[in-house]
Amino acid sequence: MSVDVGTVRRIASLARVKVEDAQAEALVGELNNILSWVEQLGELDTEGVPPMTSVVEMELPLRADAVTDGGVAEDIVKNAPDPSGRFFTVPKVVE
Amino acid sequence: MTAATDMTLAEARDRLAAKDISAAELASAHIQAVEAARPLNAFITETPERALEMAQASDARIAKGEAGLLEGIPLAIKDLFCTRDVMTTAGSHILDGFHPTYESTVSANLWDAGAVLLGKTNLDEFAMGSSNMTSYYGGVENPWKREGDNRKLVPGGSSGGSATAVAAHLALGATGTDTGGSIRQPASFTGIVGMKPTYGRCSRWGIVAFASSLDQAGPMTRSVRDAAILLRAMAGHDPKDSTSVDRPVPDYEAALTGDVRGLKVGVPKEYRIDGMSPEIEALWQTGIAWLKESGAEIVEVSLPHTRYALPAYYIVAPAETSSNLARYDGVRYGLREDGDASLTEMYEATRGAGFGAEVKRRVLIGTYVLSAGYYDAYYNKARQVRTLIARDFQEAFENVDVLLTPTAPSPAFAMGEKMDDPIAMYLNDVFTVPASMAGLPGISVPAGLSGEGLPLGLQLVGRPFDEETVIRAAGVLEAAAGFDARPTFVTGS
Amino acid sequence: MSLLQGTTGEWEMVIGLEVHAQVISNSKLFSGASTTFGAAPNSQVSIVDAAMPGMLPVLNRECVAQAIRTGLGLKAKINLVSVFERKNYFYPDLPQGYQISQYQHPIVGEGSILLDLDNGETREVGIERLHLEQDAGKSLHDQHPRKTFVDLNRSGVALMEIVSKPDMRSAEEVGAYLRKLRSILRYLGTCDGNMDEGSMRCDVNLSLRRPGGPLGTRTETKNVNSIRFVQQAIEAEARRQMEILEDGGSIEQETRLFDSRRGETRSMRSKEEAHDYRYFPDPDLLPLELEPAWVEDLKAALPELPDDKKARFMADFGLSAYDAGVLVAERANADFYEEVAKGRDAKLAANWVITNFFGALNASGKGLEEAPVTAAQLGGLLDLLADDTISGRIAKDVFEEMWESGKDAAVIVEEKGLKQITDTGAIEAAIAKVIADNPGQVEQYTSGANPKVIGWFVGQVMKATQGKANPGMVNQLLKKHLGG
Repeated sequence: MSVDVGTVRRIASLARVKVEDAQAEALVGELNNILSWVEQLGELDTEGVPPMTSVVEMELPLRADAVTDGGVAEDIVKNAPDPSGRFFTVPKVVE
Repeated sequence: MTAATDMTLAEARDRLAAKDISAAELASAHIQAVEAARPLNAFITETPERALEMAQASDARIAKGEAGLLEGIPLAIKDLFCTRDVMTTAGSHILDGFHPTYESTVSANLWDAGAVLLGKTNLDEFAMGSSNMTSYYGGVENPWKREGDNRKLVPGGSSGGSATAVAAHLALGATGTDTGGSIRQPASFTGIVGMKPTYGRCSRWGIVAFASSLDQAGPMTRSVRDAAILLRAMAGHDPKDSTSVDRPVPDYEAALTGDVRGLKVGVPKEYRIDGMSPEIEALWQTGIAWLKESGAEIVEVSLPHTRYALPAYYIVAPAETSSNLARYDGVRYGLREDGDASLTEMYEATRGAGFGAEVKRRVLIGTYVLSAGYYDAYYNKARQVRTLIARDFQEAFENVDVLLTPTAPSPAFAMGEKMDDPIAMYLNDVFTVPASMAGLPGISVPAGLSGEGLPLGLQLVGRPFDEETVIRAAGVLEAAAGFDARPTFVTGS
Repeated sequence: MSLLQGTTGEWEMVIGLEVHAQVISNSKLFSGASTTFGAAPNSQVSIVDAAMPGMLPVLNRECVAQAIRTGLGLKAKINLVSVFERKNYFYPDLPQGYQISQYQHPIVGEGSILLDLDNGETREVGIERLHLEQDAGKSLHDQHPRKTFVDLNRSGVALMEIVSKPDMRSAEEVGAYLRKLRSILRYLGTCDGNMDEGSMRCDVNLSLRRPGGPLGTRTETKNVNSIRFVQQAIEAEARRQMEILEDGGSIEQETRLFDSRRGETRSMRSKEEAHDYRYFPDPDLLPLELEPAWVEDLKAALPELPDDKKARFMADFGLSAYDAGVLVAERANADFYEEVAKGRDAKLAANWVITNFFGALNASGKGLEEAPVTAAQLGGLLDLLADDTISGRIAKDVFEEMWESGKDAAVIVEEKGLKQITDTGAIEAAIAKVIADNPGQVEQYTSGANPKVIGWFVGQVMKATQGKANPGMVNQLLKKHLGG
C-alpha cells in the first residue's frame, strides 16, 4: 500500500491540516517510507491473536452520578481566541 | 560543603530537614542557575517569583514541623504538564498563550508534597521526537560535549529540557513523560537517571496527551535514590483517570537495599541488534558482569517479537495522536489563524500553522492508518502485535525478575544530525519502545562514557508495578558503575 | 401493509429508525457537569466537556444502568462486554474532535418492540442495537452576521442511540413505534421522551421497493423532532423517491433534512463530504465489563412495562385490548386507572377514566398531574353510582361540577340534593302526573300502536324529578301504571 498526492490531500483534509503543494509532494515520499517500514508487521502471522485493549490489568472504573463540576463558564472561555460573552465563536457555519 | 545546586535531591531533603539550608536559599541558587543557563534553552517558561513564594511557604511549614516528602525541593516540570495560571505549551505553536485553569494531578501531588516550581521545561512538540529539535521553542542543548568537539549536542527527547535541567544542575529533579522512551533516552544522553513507571502508576490527568495508551509520567534525577523519592510523590491513584491503578504507593526509597543476591536478571538476546555500536555492546556486557558480581543470576531470555515493537509503535502512537490532537482546532484555546475565512479554512490554517513538520507527519500517518479500508491492516494488526510483545515479556518474567538492556543504540548526537530521516530518528527508541508497548516499568541508569566522553545508560525493565525490584537493581548498577563524570557545562571545561 | 400507488405500479416503504434518547441522569456521561436543560451558556460545562488539554473521561455508572434498563425493557440482549470508541470528525460543537460512542461492541444487542396498531392488533419491530454516546454542544447561527456561537452545555450529556431494524412499512407504523418506544422509556424512567426539548430525536432511514422485491437505496433524514413531523417527513420522502423511481431515475444514498415549513426533505450537501470517522477504541477507557449480578439486580427492579400491564388489565379486569392499550400508554395514566379501579367495577372505572376523565383532560389541555379531580375523588363518584346514591346521568353532571370546583362527589350530591329518588311513592306521584297530563301518549301505548313511547314517558318522569329518579324503578313502575 502506498500513498500518492491525492491520498495525502485526502488525509490532510480529513485531519484539517493545510498542506501546501510542495509540502504534499514531500509528504508522499516521507509517508511512503514510514508506511513501507511499518508494513514489516505483515510478516507476522497474527491469526487469532486478540488485539490489545488495555495494557494494565484492571476494570473500567465507574463514577457515581453526582454533579461535581460546572458553573465555571468564565474559566471555560478564558483561553478562547475570540469569545463573545460566554460563548465560543467560529466563522459562520452555513447549513 | 556541597554547593546548593550540586546536591542530590536526597541530600537537599536531609539538609532542609536539618535546617542546614533554607528552601528560599535553595530556590534562589537554582533560580540563578536557571538564568545563567538560558543559552541551553532548557526552559520555555521560568517561574522565579512563584519559586520564591513556594520556597518561603516551605520554610514556614518546615519551621512548624509540617514538612512534606519534597518540602522545599526545587523542580523543573516538563511543559506537557498543565500548571494552573502558568503558560503551558507542549512545545507547540498551536497552544500559544494557553494558561490552564487547572493543575495536572502529578504536579499537584508534587506541590502537595512541598516541592517548588522553577519553571516549565522545553520538549519536542507534543512530546513527539527523540532530540528535542521539534520544539516550536527551539532545540535544547545537551550540557555534555564530545571531547575535543565543540558542536552542540541534543539532549535527546522528548523530555530534553528536563534532562538538561537536571544534568546541568538547574534543578534537583524534573518530571518527564515517556511514551516510547522520552524519559529514558534523554536520561541516557545526558548522564542522569530517568524512570518510566508502569502504565497506570502516575495519573495522566492534566498532562497534554500524545498517545493515551502509552503516555506515562516519571522522574528524572541525578541518582536512583532521587528517582525513588520523586516517584513516590508523583504516583498514586487518581479517580479522574480511568486508566490509573488503585493500589498503594510503596516507599520506593526503602527498596534500595543494595542487595541483588539471587535476583534473576534476564538478558534478551534480540536486543543485540545489527549495527549497535561496539562500545554500547561492551557497556552492556560490563553491566551484566556488575550485577553478576553483586550476586545476581544472569539468564539469557528471548523476546522474539522485539523487532516488531518499533513499527507497531509507529502505528499505534500516531493513530492515537491523530485523534488526541483533534481538539487543537482554534476554537476554545490557543492559536487561531484565518478567523475571518470559512470554518474549514480556519481549521486548516490554524492546524497547518500551529503544528510543526513532525507532528503533522504523525497526524497524517495516524489519520491514514485509521481510515476506512486500512484499519485492520494497520491499526488492528499493530494492536495484535502489541499483544504478542506483552506475551513475550510475560513469559520472560516467568523466569527472571528484571531485564537488563542498553537504553539507546547511540550516545547523544549533534543538533542537525538525523533530521532528514524520520526513521533513523525513530530508531533511537528501539530499546525503550518494547517496554512501553507492554506498559512495563523501565529505568535508565548512567553507566559509563562513550569513547568520545559522552554518557551512556543501561536500562532495567521490570514486571508490572514492580518498580521496587527495578529500583533495587538500578541502585546496585549505579553503585557498581560509580558514574561520577560531570557534563562540560557543569565542570566548565 | 400500506402500499404507495404509483403510475407504474405499487411501491412498498422500508423504514428503519435511529432514535437518540437523552438518558435521565444528574451528570454527564463522562464528566460531573449537570445535565439540566436551559442553563446559561457554558455554565454546565466542565473542563473535560470543553476538551481542555490533558482531560480524561470517567464513565457515569447511572448512565450505564439506564442503558441496561432500557435494553431489558426492549427485551434485548445485554452485552456483558462493550467498548467505547472514538468517532472522529471536526465540528465546532464537538470539542474533542471526536465523539465517544460505541461502534463494534454496543452495550445492548438485538431486541424487539410490540407496536399497538389503531385496529387493536400488534406488530413486532426488531431492535438492532442500543449504544451509549456523548451528545454534542449547540451551535447558534443567528446571533451574529459573520459568526456562529457555540454553547457546550449539552456537550457530553449521555444519549442512547436506539436503532431499529428496517421493519416498518408506513408512517402510521413509525408513529406507533415512536409512541411505544417513548412509553417504554418513560415507564423505565430512562428518558423523558420530550421531543420538543430535544431529549428524543429521530433519524429516518427510508427506501422504496416493489412489494416483495429487492431492497432499494435508502436515504437518511436527520433530526426530525416530533412524531407528526416524522410522519410528514416519511410521506414527503417516499413521494420524492417514488417520483424519481417512476421517472426511471435512481436514489442517491445521502443524508437529508426535513423542512417542516415546506413539508419536504432536502439534501444536506454540507454534511456529505467524504465521511470517514476513523473509529477506534478510546484508549482513555477500558472495555466496559458488566457483572451479570448487576444486570440481574437491575432486571429484578424493573417496573411492570406497558405490554405486561396491558395483558394484566385484559386478564384481570376484563378490559378490551383497545381500552387496556389506551390506559397503559402512559405509566401515570395506568397508575391513575388502577387507583380508581381498586375494589370497584373495573370496566366501569375504565369507561369513566377513558371517556369522562381523559375527555375532560384533553378538552382542558391539562396534564394528569394538574387535573382538578384526583383518582380517589373519581373513585368516590363511582362509589355513589355503585350504591345507587346517584344515577349515571346525575353522575356525569356531578363529575363536571367536580372538575369545576375540585369538590368531592359526595359533597356536591349533598349540597345540590342530587340523591337518587328511590322512594316508590315519590316516583309514583310523578308518574301519575305525567299520565294524567298526556292522554294521547297513553293511548298510543295502551293501544299497542307505539310501544316505544314508554321511553318518552321515562324521559318525562326523569325530567319531572330533575333526573334524580332511579331509572330502573321508573321503568318498572311506569309499566305497572300504564298497564303494559
